[in-house]
Amino acid sequence: MGLLSKKDAKLITDPLADNNPITIQVLGICSALAITAELKASIVMAVSVLFVLGVGNVVISLMRNIIPSKIRIIVQLTVVAALVIIVDQVLKAFAYELSKTLSVFVGLIITNCIIMGRFEAFALGNGPWKSFLDGIGNALGYGVILIIVGFFRELLGSGTLLGFKVLGDPIEKTGLYAIGYENNGFMLLSPMALIVVGIIIWVQRSRNKDLIED
Amino acid sequence: MGLKQNLHNLKKKYEGTKMAPLFNGFHTFLYTPDEVTHNGTHIKVVDDLKRTMNTVIMALIPCLIFGMFNAGYQHYLAIGEIEAVSSGFFSAEFWTLDNFLIGAIKVLPLVVVSYVVGLAIEFVFCIIKGHEIEEGYLVTGMLVPLIVPVDIPLWMLAVAVAFGVVIGKEVFGGTGMNILNPALTIRAFLFFAYPTWMSGDKVWVHGAVERAEEIAGGANLDAISGETILGSLAQGNSAGYSVADMFFGFIPGSVGETSALLILIGALFLIFTKIGSWRIMLSSVVGALAMGLIFNGVVSSGWITESSKFYGLMSTEFWHHLLIGGFAFGTVFMATDPVTASQTNKGKWIYGFLVGFISILIRVFNPAYPEGVMLAILLMNVFAPTIDHYVVQANVKKRMKRLKVKTA
Repeated sequence: MGLLSKKDAKLITDPLADNNPITIQVLGICSALAITAELKASIVMAVSVLFVLGVGNVVISLMRNIIPSKIRIIVQLTVVAALVIIVDQVLKAFAYELSKTLSVFVGLIITNCIIMGRFEAFALGNGPWKSFLDGIGNALGYGVILIIVGFFRELLGSGTLLGFKVLGDPIEKTGLYAIGYENNGFMLLSPMALIVVGIIIWVQRSRNKDLIED
Repeated sequence: MGLKQNLHNLKKKYEGTKMAPLFNGFHTFLYTPDEVTHNGTHIKVVDDLKRTMNTVIMALIPCLIFGMFNAGYQHYLAIGEIEAVSSGFFSAEFWTLDNFLIGAIKVLPLVVVSYVVGLAIEFVFCIIKGHEIEEGYLVTGMLVPLIVPVDIPLWMLAVAVAFGVVIGKEVFGGTGMNILNPALTIRAFLFFAYPTWMSGDKVWVHGAVERAEEIAGGANLDAISGETILGSLAQGNSAGYSVADMFFGFIPGSVGETSALLILIGALFLIFTKIGSWRIMLSSVVGALAMGLIFNGVVSSGWITESSKFYGLMSTEFWHHLLIGGFAFGTVFMATDPVTASQTNKGKWIYGFLVGFISILIRVFNPAYPEGVMLAILLMNVFAPTIDHYVVQANVKKRMKRLKVKTA
């Protein structure tokens, strides 16, 4: 860790595991349930949040001494909204199909509790470099869970990964489908995403008993 | 030195190790334990959990056997090799060895898969958590094969059982702690995961799906219908079966749900042995009849026309709802599950009534799935603790009032 001090490195690694925004703080659940039916959408969502949270945390941190505390939520909203509009426009310009799949959920990054939570809890009280690392760390923690859920939902629900038919063709009955395998339609429904997130939480807490609350 | 002694010795040998629950469970399954409690006050009761479970299984056995005969009967009837039953419950056309064999070949693997997968998971969790094996899966394992279509692929059943036992029961802490009925969780999983195997007009009769494919492929066969009564009613056709057929159970459907007569016998047996709650069963029937009467009233007052897609099911005579579909089976064997139902007597009346009421409501209004008892029971399972809470609070309030009157 030549580049980062130990303390700084913790800002990135903590949210990845023992202080994960989704599985420990249980924030940002709605988008984790809504857009994880495909791995591609999960990845794009993760990258979008990475951009918004990384840049947003820096901006807020730079302005932290001049924002009047009475209107800080409005200022924060303005910053997020501006960044989200950038993401939205970029997606519409370069990945139109995908932006249709994600539909309103790109816009709803504004209301993602993780982002406002990090602004309030971290960026308002720390310098830009630390805030940047914190933003990156939390967005990665969020993204990792999204990608895990998206991986299992797309693999078991549609038999594909990133659109590639990894399990064979269900219509022409090749690969696994030749021996009678069928896609699990439940995986494509949002309740199953909740159950998958629940299983991740279960695995994580049984590996690290300190995380279990009474 | 028989099996019993060997088991006693094995049990001693593994005492205190991780595998102990496995041997203890097998031992108490076959024999009464040879040790007695030494201190404290004991109350001797005969109906422990194991006996309770076995009583329910005994009540299910007639449905299982009938289900095997019916699977074969529906199959041969559909391909036109035998005539329809003509002389009541003991018709010679129905109780033939051919029918039974086909049924047994199709149904027994379902039973075996259900028990092997379910019990294996229970054992694993017992060993990890270090508690005794609980008998909770015995009934679930028997219910599951009775509520699925006869042709369901075995691996799907295995996946569903694993899901139902782990997510439906073990995550909540095992037998007695579950919120949802595990057997219905398993069925709900199958229904949402593999809808083509769980609904439609072909899945309920053995061989109907393949036959339809062969006909589509150009084979010169008579088309057969395996449609359930609910399915044809939902499409506005007539039921196509006499009331006697519905009551005796000579109709297509999942393995154990068809015979209202045998379910009634099972229900009486459960009520007589005080295992099942008569309050839930009765109030559920009342709820279903009430909803049926409301729909009949709507039809007879002319509020909907025959062109409405709900007309077929709404105009079904209200008491026919008790005989068709899985209503009778669900009410008797699943709504009464002592873990997931309401615990208070008043709560049981409310719970049961709503199960019946909502079952028929979903049955009529859900176009994708002409059966509502599964979803109704799962929904009421979730609300059962709430109902209990208010019943208990009401009682507390009443008694507090009495207390105040006295002291004042």
